[in-house]
Amino acid sequence: MSNLDTLESDLLAAIEGAETETALEEVRVQSLGKKGKISEQMKTLGKMTPDERQVMGPALNGLKAKITDAIAARKEVLAAAALESRLASEKVDVTLPLRPSPADTGRIHPVSQVIDELTAIFADMGFSIAEGPDIETDELNFTALNFPEGHPAREMHDTFFFNEKEDGERLLLRTHTSPVQIRTMRNQEPPIRVIIPGRTYRCDSDQTHTPMFHQVEGLVIDKESHFGHLKWVLQEFCKAFFEVDDIKMRFRPSFFPFTEPSMEVDIQCDRSGGEVKIGEGEGWLEILGCGMVHPNVIRNCGLDPDVYQGFAWGMGIDRIAMLKYGMPDLRAFFDADVRWIQHYGFRPLDLPTLFGGLSS
Amino acid sequence: MKFTLSWLKDYLETDAGLEEIVERLNMIGLEVEEVTNRADRLKPFRIAKVLEAEQHPNADRLRVLKVDTGEGDPIQIVCGAPNARAGLVGVLGKPGDYVPGLDVTLSVGKIRDVESFGMMCSERELELSDEHTGIIDLPGDAPVGMAYAEWAGLDEPVIEISLTPNRPDCTGVYGIARDLAAAGLGTLKERSHEQIRGSYACPVGVTLDFGDTKPMCKAFGLRMVKGVKNGPSPKWLQDRLTAIGLRPINILVDITNYITFDQGRPLHVFDADKVKGNLVVRRGKAGETLEGLNGKSYELDDTICVISDDNGVESLGGILGGEPSGCTEETVNVLIESALWDEDAIAATGRKLGVNTDARYRFERGVDPDYMMPGLEYATRMVLDLTGGEPSEAIQAGSVPDHSNIVDFPYSEIKRLSGVDVTTAEANVTLKALGFWISGAGDTVKVAAPSWRPDIEGKADIVEEVVRIIGLDRVPLTPLPRIGTVGQKVLTPGQIRRDKARRALAVRGFNEAVTWSFIAKEHAEHFGGGNAALALANPISTEMSDMRPSLLPGLLLAAQRNADRGFGDVALFEVGQVFLDDTPEGQKTVAAGVRRGTAKMMGAGRHWSGASDDVDVFDAKADAEAALAAIGAPVEKLQVYTDAPDTFHPGRSGCLKLGPKNTLAVFGEIHPRTLATLDVEGPVVGFEIFLDALPQPKSKGGRSKGALNASHLMPVRRDFAFLVSKDISAETLLKAARGAEKSLIADVTLFDIYQGQGVPEDQKSVAIDVLLQPRQKTLTDEEIDAVAKKIVANVEKATGGVLRG
Repeated sequence: MSNLDTLESDLLAAIEGAETETALEEVRVQSLGKKGKISEQMKTLGKMTPDERQVMGPALNGLKAKITDAIAARKEVLAAAALESRLASEKVDVTLPLRPSPADTGRIHPVSQVIDELTAIFADMGFSIAEGPDIETDELNFTALNFPEGHPAREMHDTFFFNEKEDGERLLLRTHTSPVQIRTMRNQEPPIRVIIPGRTYRCDSDQTHTPMFHQVEGLVIDKESHFGHLKWVLQEFCKAFFEVDDIKMRFRPSFFPFTEPSMEVDIQCDRSGGEVKIGEGEGWLEILGCGMVHPNVIRNCGLDPDVYQGFAWGMGIDRIAMLKYGMPDLRAFFDADVRWIQHYGFRPLDLPTLFGGLSS
Repeated sequence: MKFTLSWLKDYLETDAGLEEIVERLNMIGLEVEEVTNRADRLKPFRIAKVLEAEQHPNADRLRVLKVDTGEGDPIQIVCGAPNARAGLVGVLGKPGDYVPGLDVTLSVGKIRDVESFGMMCSERELELSDEHTGIIDLPGDAPVGMAYAEWAGLDEPVIEISLTPNRPDCTGVYGIARDLAAAGLGTLKERSHEQIRGSYACPVGVTLDFGDTKPMCKAFGLRMVKGVKNGPSPKWLQDRLTAIGLRPINILVDITNYITFDQGRPLHVFDADKVKGNLVVRRGKAGETLEGLNGKSYELDDTICVISDDNGVESLGGILGGEPSGCTEETVNVLIESALWDEDAIAATGRKLGVNTDARYRFERGVDPDYMMPGLEYATRMVLDLTGGEPSEAIQAGSVPDHSNIVDFPYSEIKRLSGVDVTTAEANVTLKALGFWISGAGDTVKVAAPSWRPDIEGKADIVEEVVRIIGLDRVPLTPLPRIGTVGQKVLTPGQIRRDKARRALAVRGFNEAVTWSFIAKEHAEHFGGGNAALALANPISTEMSDMRPSLLPGLLLAAQRNADRGFGDVALFEVGQVFLDDTPEGQKTVAAGVRRGTAKMMGAGRHWSGASDDVDVFDAKADAEAALAAIGAPVEKLQVYTDAPDTFHPGRSGCLKLGPKNTLAVFGEIHPRTLATLDVEGPVVGFEIFLDALPQPKSKGGRSKGALNASHLMPVRRDFAFLVSKDISAETLLKAARGAEKSLIADVTLFDIYQGQGVPEDQKSVAIDVLLQPRQKTLTDEEIDAVAKKIVANVEKATGGVLRG
């Protein structure tokens, strides 16, 4: 028996001493392999007497089981250590910076974003979006809008013209989005509620004017909408657009050929700091023009101004974008400087909604 | 329109202060642009007297002055003005004072070795006028030491209002006072002009001679005043004119300018001794010219209205007087003209000749026709008062047209259009205060506008007058009723497409640009545009002369501008309009983008994870396909053609089409010739997507997406490699493979292209991975082999290639 004890302690020591899975496998072969020491001992069982066998059999089987278990246990330890070591060797520097994802670097131009904001607000009030061509006729840009031929109001528009055609017609680039009012009223039965965003053109270029800019116009035509409704719509719009709880507005009589009465609208602002704060302070800032649609314009669209009435307003999209988001210079809107677009632009998935907030 | 507060108070009896007046002007539609007070800037400047004026020892043209400032010892000043002399009383600026006309702050200076402790100022230096021939020379009794602005009556607010073109009545101080009085800010001091009786008939006659053409002058009033003593105007008159920026000339001329601003009634004075024969008001003739009072010469023709005499043309009627017959200080006999010109003729003439005068400004807006003769009386009164003389009878040619326009006005119109409740009594008081005539009783009355309000046409105008004066803030906020309850879809399919394309491209890393709708003609032509109908007649510059046929030139130039600033790896897109012709249908909506340098979707430039290569045609193709997918195009049905426009690299570009004729997009590397034309450096790729070209999807009945048909059977993959001719397109091969057994082949992927060793020179090896998806039962080996054979046969037939062994 002492042989077996010695064998056991030798093998267990060898197992404990195996530092690698290969070494451990060697120990297994040497002990439990076909020619292993335990296997060799097992072979001797056949030559033993039954009595000897009675004793040695269980002893050998016990040893075999013990060694098998010890090898398995050691194997687990070694495997765990090997994994640890592999993982340790696989370490990377996770502080390495990533490439920014395209959805992070892409930007929507502020003009597009503000048009989406306008759409969200006015869609909630039941307005649709109407559009028209940039190249317009004199009739739709001026005459139908009650600008008499040769009137000084026409000259104030600094119009871009195309060359006169053989039939004497001279097309122009629309100076405002108002011709779409005419197109809408001539093609759609009242009630009408539309906003009209789009590009407009005037041959004027300086610090605050660009030859192309964006306007949005609103038009409501039905049988009962009056100036009180107009005031409400604009007040609600300004609160929603500038995302303030309340805002003071001032309506001043003015003149536009296509509205009567006509008003200019100022909103409350604070210029005391470096930036203009809308809805605070004591100052006023002119933001839009509006009025009741002129009876002549309604008539020019084939409607009876004693039956139909309504209002219209118009403002600069670029301008309200500047007021809301703080761009200092209109000209930069059209320069496509990526630094400007990155700074003032909007992330592609930031779709303005009323339920999620226009800009948050 | 400018006026001073005291001038306004000539006609408005009021206790209101400046602030209240400004506020009310704004609220009744007379927008105040600016309130200035010249005394604010001129505060430090004081009246001083020159005691001695010695020749400067080192300069012929300079003098050294000893100046009494009214306090302390006299100070020494070096002065170059020719009129600097002992005894002169002038205006002194001292070190530390800011001189507005020079935009400098004075300091102690040394001029040619002589110290100077200030400056005697000219009018121009103090921005009082353009006068700069010498220093200000005040009357000898002006109080030395007093603030000059105070003494000169400059300490007064000057109010400038920005007049809308419908309000000619407020081109005169009197009209502004009337509006303010109607708005309850005081009482109007009514004007009245006695009719002056002449002691003799006017020796110069006047006729309006327009033959059978449209008259450009409706009526013309004229009077002679003999024996006047002209000269500089009295100080009060000069002060009023200079306060609003006009230069006093002489009494007769100043009176006409004064009444222009006082009453909005322009007048003209002729030196009667320079007028030969009678006056004829007529159309000009080609070849005639006029030397204007403004020193410029004008060529005339028959679109221009003139006043002529036997000498020829003497005046541009209603716009500008002529130099030869103008009044000077020597004028003894004067002809005063007050005429009524045709508004359109004045506007057209002014435009044509490029003359802007205070007279044109008023006549083209429409002066009060009924004030033509009273205006003449007013002017005569002032001439008699200020220059003396003997008036003739007034004569009139033509007749003042009947302008009366009586409107049936239901009071309910006020509520209908404005939403505000106004009592009949209040409406009547307001309208009458503005000079309206009201007749009748009951719910509808007859209303006529006064002669000075040509802008009042109908009921809406009358509503505006009432609401404007009672105050727009009285109109109650009235919610616009909601239509239905839940908001409806309001965007058109086109608008939705633009939004989707825009956001899809931004998600791919593009920055959205907005570039000009007009580009240089050369660029327009290069991109297939530039036709004459799309060229502006009055472009702002040659860079912005023609409507763009494509968004690419604008984007390419923008990319280059960024590169020039040091940012060469940019991806820019725009969604906007292009112009194929000048009709509304010729305006198309396009989404286009460019990538420059290494601006690939997953990043640009060098990076530890791998540097980006230069952009290539496949970047542009991927962008185009992604945007098309976003707008709902059936991407799997798109066919790739290689006939892209010649602005692209001929071998590295393509079109995405839905059928052979409907091009949805073009993409590719930009042609080097295009880059050269635009002066842009590559590498640049670009694409354009024609958003209008995609047909609208047929509306389906419901929104159901149908059942998911996912097989529970394992799919099987098989790889094939073919040797085909180099010219065979991948599309040809893939189409053949896909079509081999449509019920089983779920997908075909091209995973390798190889040319080189082992492949004949004019051939390429194309490897594909075919995914077979059984639907009914698991495929047997025989079935798989059968499909494989079909694939090989189909591909070999379509490409002329062979399966690679």
